[in-house]
Amino acid sequence: MIRDEDIIRIEEPKLSLAERLYLPQILGGLWVTLRHVFKRKITVQYPEQRRSMYRDNYRGVHRLNKDAQGRVKCVACFMCETACPAHCIHIVGAESPWPDREKYPVRFDIDELRCIYCGMCEEACPVDAIELTPLHDMVGQSRAEMVFDKEKLLGVFDQTRDLKPPKNPRIVGYAIDNPDYQLGEGPGRVPLTPPLSPKSRGQGSGGRGQSESVPAPDPRALPPGKESR
Amino acid sequence: MRINATVIPSLAMSNSLLATLVLVVAVFAVVMGIVTYLTLLERKVAAWIQDRYGPNRCGPLGLIQPLADAVKMLFKEEFIPARADRWLYLIAPMWIIVPALVAVAVVPLAGTVEIAGQFVRLQIADINVGLLYIVGVGSLSVYAVVLGGWASNSKYSFLGGLRSTAQMISYEVPLGLTLLSLVLVSGGSLRLEEIVAHQSGYWWGWLPRWNAFTQPLALVIFFTCMLAESNRLPFDLPEAEQELVGGYHTEYSSMKFGMFMMAEYAHVLVSSMVLAVLFLGGWSFWGLRDEQTAWYFALAKLAVLLGKAGLIIFFVMQIRWTLPRFRFDQVMRLAWKGWIPAALALLAANALLLYWMAPALVYTLANVALLALFVFAGQFSRSPVTGRQLSLRAVESELQTTNP
Repeated sequence: MIRDEDIIRIEEPKLSLAERLYLPQILGGLWVTLRHVFKRKITVQYPEQRRSMYRDNYRGVHRLNKDAQGRVKCVACFMCETACPAHCIHIVGAESPWPDREKYPVRFDIDELRCIYCGMCEEACPVDAIELTPLHDMVGQSRAEMVFDKEKLLGVFDQTRDLKPPKNPRIVGYAIDNPDYQLGEGPGRVPLTPPLSPKSRGQGSGGRGQSESVPAPDPRALPPGKESR
Repeated sequence: MRINATVIPSLAMSNSLLATLVLVVAVFAVVMGIVTYLTLLERKVAAWIQDRYGPNRCGPLGLIQPLADAVKMLFKEEFIPARADRWLYLIAPMWIIVPALVAVAVVPLAGTVEIAGQFVRLQIADINVGLLYIVGVGSLSVYAVVLGGWASNSKYSFLGGLRSTAQMISYEVPLGLTLLSLVLVSGGSLRLEEIVAHQSGYWWGWLPRWNAFTQPLALVIFFTCMLAESNRLPFDLPEAEQELVGGYHTEYSSMKFGMFMMAEYAHVLVSSMVLAVLFLGGWSFWGLRDEQTAWYFALAKLAVLLGKAGLIIFFVMQIRWTLPRFRFDQVMRLAWKGWIPAALALLAANALLLYWMAPALVYTLANVALLALFVFAGQFSRSPVTGRQLSLRAVESELQTTNP
C-alpha cells in the first residue's frame, strides 16, 4: 500500500516559447551532435594504446614470485589451494632441495579459465609467493594452454617485476637473506639471478657482485599462453 | 529556362539499347557499392557523434568492414520460423529491395556525355512521368514491409508491419502534395531532367536557382516524409527495437535480414538523390552547364550529385543520433494535422503566386511565412489525451477530494 505522504508529485517544467516551437530545439540538438562529430575522440585504441590507470591491487594473471636467488618463493604449504573458492590451483609439493625450507612445489598449476580472480590466494599466502598482476589480457588457443604451470607463472613474474615490484619487504633473518649463504651448482639447484632491483640489492645481500645475469624476458612474449609448455 | 532541343541534340533522342544496358549495370553496381558503404558510414557517424572512432580494424579506416559484414551475413544460419508463411516470408526481402533500387532509374545522374561521337544521356530511363514513377515505385515498398511482418507469424513483426503501413500511407499524402507544388513551380514538368534544367542558372549572377531557396517549406516537408518513408529515426516506429525487438524483420536472419538492411540504405540513398535533384539542382553547380558533354564534365556532374546526396545522407544519419523516436500518435498527428494542411496551403499559395507571376523572392517569403504559421499554430492544437492519462486524472481528482 502506497501511503499518500510517500507520493512525490512533480510539476512538469514550463517550456519557454522557443522550446514549445519545437523547431529551434531540433536545430539546437543538431548543433550539439555536429560539434561532437569534430570533437576529440576518447576511445582507447586497445591493443596499441593501453590505459595506464592500473592500480597495484588490480587482480589479473597470477605470478609466482622469485626470491633474490631466483628460486621460486613458494613453500608448497597449500594455503592458496585451500583458500581458492574456484578450486583452480593444483600444487604438487616435494621436499625442498634447499636448506632454508622444507618443501617446494614441483608442480604449480593454475587454471586461468577457472579462476575468478578474487585474490584470496594472494591473501592466503604466508610467504607472498603468489600474487595477482595487472596483466589482464592473456590469450590461448586451447583450454589446456590456459592452465598455467610453474614455469609460466614464474615467467609472468619476470615480465611484471618492473610493473609491480614485490610489494612486501622481505623478512629479515631468513636464511636466504644471509649474504654468506651460497647456492651451489649441485643437482636440482636453480641458477642465480641478479637481485630484483637496486633497492632490494641495497637492503639485501652485500657480498655477491658477480652473479650471472639472466637475459630479460622478451616483452613480446606477453601472452603467456603462447609459450610452449 | 526551357531546354532547347536543338542546342543539345542528345535531348531530342533517347539512348541506344546498348548504352542503356551498360548504364543499368553500372548504376546498379555503383548504387549497391554505395549502399554497402553506407552501413559503414552509419556506424562511423554514430561513433563520431558519440566521441568514438567507429570501426577501424578491418583495413585502413575500417574500409573493409562492409565486406566482412557481408561475409558474416552470408554465413549466418538461415532460419525460417515453423509457422511462417513460407512463400510470402521469402518474397518479402526480395520485394523490399526492388522498389528502392528501381527508383534510381529516372534520376538524372550527370546530364549528357559524348562518347565516340554519340551522345549518351546519363539517366537510365528518361520518362515523362519521372516524378510519378518515383512516388509510385516508392509506395510499393510498403507491401514488402507488410508481407514481412505478416508472414513471419510473430507478434512483434506483425505490430511493426501494421505501424509501417499506417505510417507510410500517411506520409505519402504530404509527400505527393509537396511534389505537386514543386512541379507547379518548376515548369509544370514531371521529367526530372527538366526539373534539374529549371534549376540551372543563377540569381544575381551567383546564387543558384535551386528549389530549396524558393521552396524551403516544401523542402522541410519532403525531408520529413522521406525520413518517414524510409523508416529512419525519428520515424522508425516500424522497427522500434526497444518495443518491437526488430519490427517487421524480427524473424529474419542471415542475408535475408541483410537485404532488409540494404533496402533501408538503398532507400536512403535514392531518396537523398531525388531530394538533391528536386531541391538542390541535381548535378548543377557553379561552372557546370548543360552543353558541357565531355566525359570529365560528366564525371564532375556525377560527383556533384553524389556529393549533394552524401551531405543529405550525413544529415539523415545525424538526425538519427540527435532526435528521439516519436510516439506513434505523434507521428500520425504530424502527418495528418501538420504536414498535410501545410502542404495543401503551400500548394494553394504556389498556385496563386504562379498565377500572379510573382518573383522568386515572394515564393520564399510565402514558404517561410507558412512554415512559421504552422510551427506557431502547432502550439494551439490540443495534444491528444490517452486513456492512461485519463485514468491518471481520475485518480488525481479522487485524491484531491479525499485529502484536501
